[in-house]
Amino acid sequence: MTPQLLTDLSMFVLALLVGFEVISKIPAMLHTPMMSGANSIHGVVLVGAILLAAEADNPAGYVLAFFAAAFAAMNVVGGYVVTDRMLGMFRAKPVAAKKENDK
Amino acid sequence: MTTLTGVETAIRLVYLVAAVGFVLGLHFMRSPATARRGNTLSWIGMALAVAVTPFYLTSVPGTSLDIKPIVWIVIGIGSAVGAAGGLFSARLVKMTDMPQLVSVFNAVGGGAAALVAVVEFMRMFGDSGDMRLDFSIPVGLDILIGSVTFTGSLIAAGKLQGWVSGNPIIFPGARVLAGISAAAGIGGVAWLAVAPGWLPFIVLTVGALAFGVLLVLPIGGADMPVVVSLLNAFTGLAVAMAGFVVENPILIIAGALVGASGSILTKLMADAMNRSILAIMVGGFGTTDSGGGAIAAGGGSTRLVSADDVAVMLAYADKVIIVPGYGLAAAQAQREAGDLGKLLEEHGKTVYYAIHPVAGRMPGHMNVLLAEADVPYEMLKEMDEVNGDFDTCDVALVVGANDVTNPAARRSGNPISGMPILNVDHAKSIVVIKRSLGFGYAGLDNELYTNPKTGMFLADAKKGLTALITGVKEYL
Repeated sequence: MTPQLLTDLSMFVLALLVGFEVISKIPAMLHTPMMSGANSIHGVVLVGAILLAAEADNPAGYVLAFFAAAFAAMNVVGGYVVTDRMLGMFRAKPVAAKKENDK
Repeated sequence: MTTLTGVETAIRLVYLVAAVGFVLGLHFMRSPATARRGNTLSWIGMALAVAVTPFYLTSVPGTSLDIKPIVWIVIGIGSAVGAAGGLFSARLVKMTDMPQLVSVFNAVGGGAAALVAVVEFMRMFGDSGDMRLDFSIPVGLDILIGSVTFTGSLIAAGKLQGWVSGNPIIFPGARVLAGISAAAGIGGVAWLAVAPGWLPFIVLTVGALAFGVLLVLPIGGADMPVVVSLLNAFTGLAVAMAGFVVENPILIIAGALVGASGSILTKLMADAMNRSILAIMVGGFGTTDSGGGAIAAGGGSTRLVSADDVAVMLAYADKVIIVPGYGLAAAQAQREAGDLGKLLEEHGKTVYYAIHPVAGRMPGHMNVLLAEADVPYEMLKEMDEVNGDFDTCDVALVVGANDVTNPAARRSGNPISGMPILNVDHAKSIVVIKRSLGFGYAGLDNELYTNPKTGMFLADAKKGLTALITGVKEYL
């Protein structure tokens, strides 16, 4: 095992744990925007697509890199826009109508 | 240790900032008041990570391999086309169609991750005819998970959209074929790892693509919240594997975060449906349980009520809990449900919406639909939070929800035994708006309907709620 792989693996495991920790605190009310937000986060694969496209050196490579970039860009842009749209709809009660003693 | 150049250091630090943005973005989602800010942080992190990547290509020694103009064209046009498609679909999508869109984004994310591994394989293996083990394993896993997610999510989106039948699709030999394709995919990863070559690569890719299709086809439409969550987790893992392939930390971190979120949701959804993840993956409802064994308790009769009766009840109630189910969304009656709640609240009544975790076609879907209908989020209550409130509630109004209100779940010996339900039967009086006296998804009689406290208001959700709004106005 190379040191690089070991570092990557540690990062992966720790990020998983952070993910479990952070996400288990999100209320069910926001699960759809949370999922769609997480979805946009994995659009970061666009970074990978850009890195790889640079190393492509034949037509097949270019075509595949094109699709990888298009897919990833759709994922990331669409994901963030739709998450923002959804979250913009979650509104609190107007302050005047608020009563806190109804528990 | 080699030291990094200034530019490379800066780029690595930007990736770290992006990772912090992702984590904080999710962290802020713990409250609807801060969630939007969280999403903004997350996309700023993303924008930074994407923006610095081209500089990495041009200025880092060792990787700057004289990039040809065509590469920039491929990246530029590809990203522009994808971004435009994402933007339009995100702007235009109806909130009821959100599960399909999320599935499509999932599919393209998984597909992109798989393509990254394919390109890397072609480059590494094509150039040298060999591959080190610490590359061939992540490449194999990335192709496997990414391909399964790609085809699986497309089928799931098709089912949600109605292009593919929402019923479990099972043909003779489907299980065997699914087993073979799964074996080909997993075996292909091992084969590729020990003996890199085109044959294992093809076996792996074809097997994984086929397995994605065969995995989702037999799953029924009502199990979709679980499937969408599971595929979300898969995409995360595929992206993390892509991170191992290109040795990029931000992909690994982001992928792991998404993998964690998908796994948690999958577990929550399966629990809320009272089914194991495995049982759902293996086949739809009714194919595993004997659907005929209904347990109608006493077989009591139902009491029908009119819009006017219900309007009176609501007008004189102090506390009303509305229980929306998928039927409400299917009838596009969110707006009416929101208006009714608003009307009642304006007249000093306490109104809640009791939302079961699986109300809708993806986790949390019903909350989004009601938020769109201008229901303030304080009125949206989760199951555990609201269940005690039914005891003091004057009228529980069930709209388009069935199995999640069936008290039979508290007893053993039927298909929904043990399923967490809303305690609708604890309310002083109950009204169910329903089109007809049919069965729910589990094919069970709902004992709630024969409860003496229950009035059945037979109507389409939208028309019924509109009639109630008009009726209530007359009495208030």
